[in-house]
Amino acid sequence: MGVENIIFIIALLAGGGLFAFNVRKIIRNIRLGKKLNRTDRQADRWKIMTRVALGQSKMVVRPVAGFLHLLVYVGFVIINLEVLEIILDGIFGTHRLFAPLLGGFYDFLIGSFEILAFLVIFAVVVFFIRRNIIYIKRFRQKELNGWPKNDANLILLIEVLLMSAFLTMNATDQILQSRGVAHYIEAGSYPVSSMLTGIFSSWSTEGLMMYERIAWWFHILGILAFLNYLPYSKHFHIILAFPNVFYSNLEAKGRISNMKAVTDEVKLMLDPSATPPEPSDEPVKFGAKDVQDLSWKSLLDSYTCTECGRCTSSCPANQTGKLLSPRAIMMKTRDRLEEVGKNIDANKGAFVDDGKSLLHDYISAEELWACTTCNACVEACPVNIDPLSIIVDLRRQLVMEESAPPAALNAMFTNVENNGAPWQFSPADRLNWADEDA
Amino acid sequence: MELKVRTLASYNAAGESPEILFWVGCAGSFDDRAKKVTKAVAKILQAADVKFAVLGTEESCTGDPAKRAGNEFLFQMQAMQNIAVMNEYGVKKIVTACPHCFNTLKNEYPELGGHYDVVHHTQLIKSLLDEGRIRVEGGIFKGKKITFHDPCYLGRANGEYEAPREVLSKLDAELIEMKRCKSNGLCCGAGGAQMFKEAEPGDKEVNVERTEEALALNPKVIAVGCPFCNTMMTDGVKHAEKESEVQVLDIAEMIASAADL
Repeated sequence: MGVENIIFIIALLAGGGLFAFNVRKIIRNIRLGKKLNRTDRQADRWKIMTRVALGQSKMVVRPVAGFLHLLVYVGFVIINLEVLEIILDGIFGTHRLFAPLLGGFYDFLIGSFEILAFLVIFAVVVFFIRRNIIYIKRFRQKELNGWPKNDANLILLIEVLLMSAFLTMNATDQILQSRGVAHYIEAGSYPVSSMLTGIFSSWSTEGLMMYERIAWWFHILGILAFLNYLPYSKHFHIILAFPNVFYSNLEAKGRISNMKAVTDEVKLMLDPSATPPEPSDEPVKFGAKDVQDLSWKSLLDSYTCTECGRCTSSCPANQTGKLLSPRAIMMKTRDRLEEVGKNIDANKGAFVDDGKSLLHDYISAEELWACTTCNACVEACPVNIDPLSIIVDLRRQLVMEESAPPAALNAMFTNVENNGAPWQFSPADRLNWADEDA
Repeated sequence: MELKVRTLASYNAAGESPEILFWVGCAGSFDDRAKKVTKAVAKILQAADVKFAVLGTEESCTGDPAKRAGNEFLFQMQAMQNIAVMNEYGVKKIVTACPHCFNTLKNEYPELGGHYDVVHHTQLIKSLLDEGRIRVEGGIFKGKKITFHDPCYLGRANGEYEAPREVLSKLDAELIEMKRCKSNGLCCGAGGAQMFKEAEPGDKEVNVERTEEALALNPKVIAVGCPFCNTMMTDGVKHAEKESEVQVLDIAEMIASAADL
């Protein structure tokens, strides 16, 4: 084992370890959320994950973006088989370890990877054009200004660089193979990189070997760096999409969660002889003021969001110029959760009140009151994120804790309470329609 | 047709029980436009010989707008009182012409002790037509262009897109779809308690956006299945000054009219 292999193993362990460290932190942040049972109906959960996450069924609702995404997704998943070989080669100092084991099938695999790498580059270039040159409203909305836009372009750039390193590595490798250089065993088929050999054909053998090594290292270190970029990026969806869809809401979308704490109180109000509920240690809060008051699933949703904006582009409020954007609801939730997480890190594991909250400091009442609860955002999300449950939880806080609904809604509440109808009609007149002329 | 509407209390007093409870809802009870839909539903039930009852003055708001506006207390107060009344009478099956009531009764009452088999009026009309308990021919709708606006709380919220379309298909009309239809349908703007407040600041009203989409198809009728959508689309048609050319009608009204009830 040479120095090169030891450096490789250290890089691998450091990259993997750092990633594990950051993921643990994110899991801790998600666990700050309120309890919610999403482990029932396991068979249905596996099915929906297979269909929606693995099978991309909601992505292809928009065919152009869906097809391009499919290329990158399939490319990413399948080319990663190659990463396994790269890792083993790196550890043992071998070259194309799998070639002798797989024979002709190895050629087929490498050929497929090359075609996929080319398709990934093609799709990524189109994505870049869609984001930056063509006017597509959902990629130009104000919540993407600054870091989110740069994040998106950076991901595209990294993908092009990784795929280019892979293809040029193969281009130099096959010239080295043809020159019969030791260590470079004859293996693989190169439908794409064979077109790039012209660039390198005049290079010396030493130069080619150096490029091949640099590209190899760039490819694998790039992947490790990219892995560690994920927890800071919207691109984390490539991992979280799967658990997020697995823990989807399987009930009818129209059902809004029941608040048990309210049920206990209402039962007492209607029947004073009923047994009061067991007092709990936690003070009862009605609705959500900050991220810790949301369910853990809402927090997982926020980390899963890749800011594609399909929710916002299908939102009736956003389409008609209101302040509400379901995507911004998810992004602000994640931003606040990250802030809370850093607060906890800085204060030895306990959150210290920073005088801020998700409601008001991040999400305004005006955004929340623009929602029609139509579920278009929930329907549109390719990874089953539910912005509506955050909106309702925050509305509950506005109404039940802060008594601050719009005046018209207060009037509606009074009518329901006094007349049993949202309008000011007498309950005694409920059946009048039956006697009026048809 | 003369309407004979009986309350659940009267069935109970006579020691009888009806086949189904017709949950009229607040709009259906008080809003002048929605009351016409209520009567159309009652006529259809009567024509099909369905033994139905209403709660009359014993009915109260399901609590849907309160819940969606964040007032869970008020919602649960309403829900528990309604459930107490219905459970006392042993209600098993409910039909309603309001998708908001439908959703709340079907999805949110069970957890509070109200377990009922709840159907939307378009689903019931569909089965009455399928079973031959009522018959329609196209009538005045034959050959006319009709587009259907999906109510969010029937469609996306509960996955029912076909029943209203199947009922409309019996009218021999030309059913045309808006680009945003079914799971992709655009809200009328009234859900989530928006019906009871002014819209937040923006550059357009949601109902105008939706009605423009419908009007672009040049329909004779915009069919709806919800009293709030009915109001919003009717207002949208007025906004576009098309009320002399385009009608906004609930599917129940269309069936009652086509069946000459």
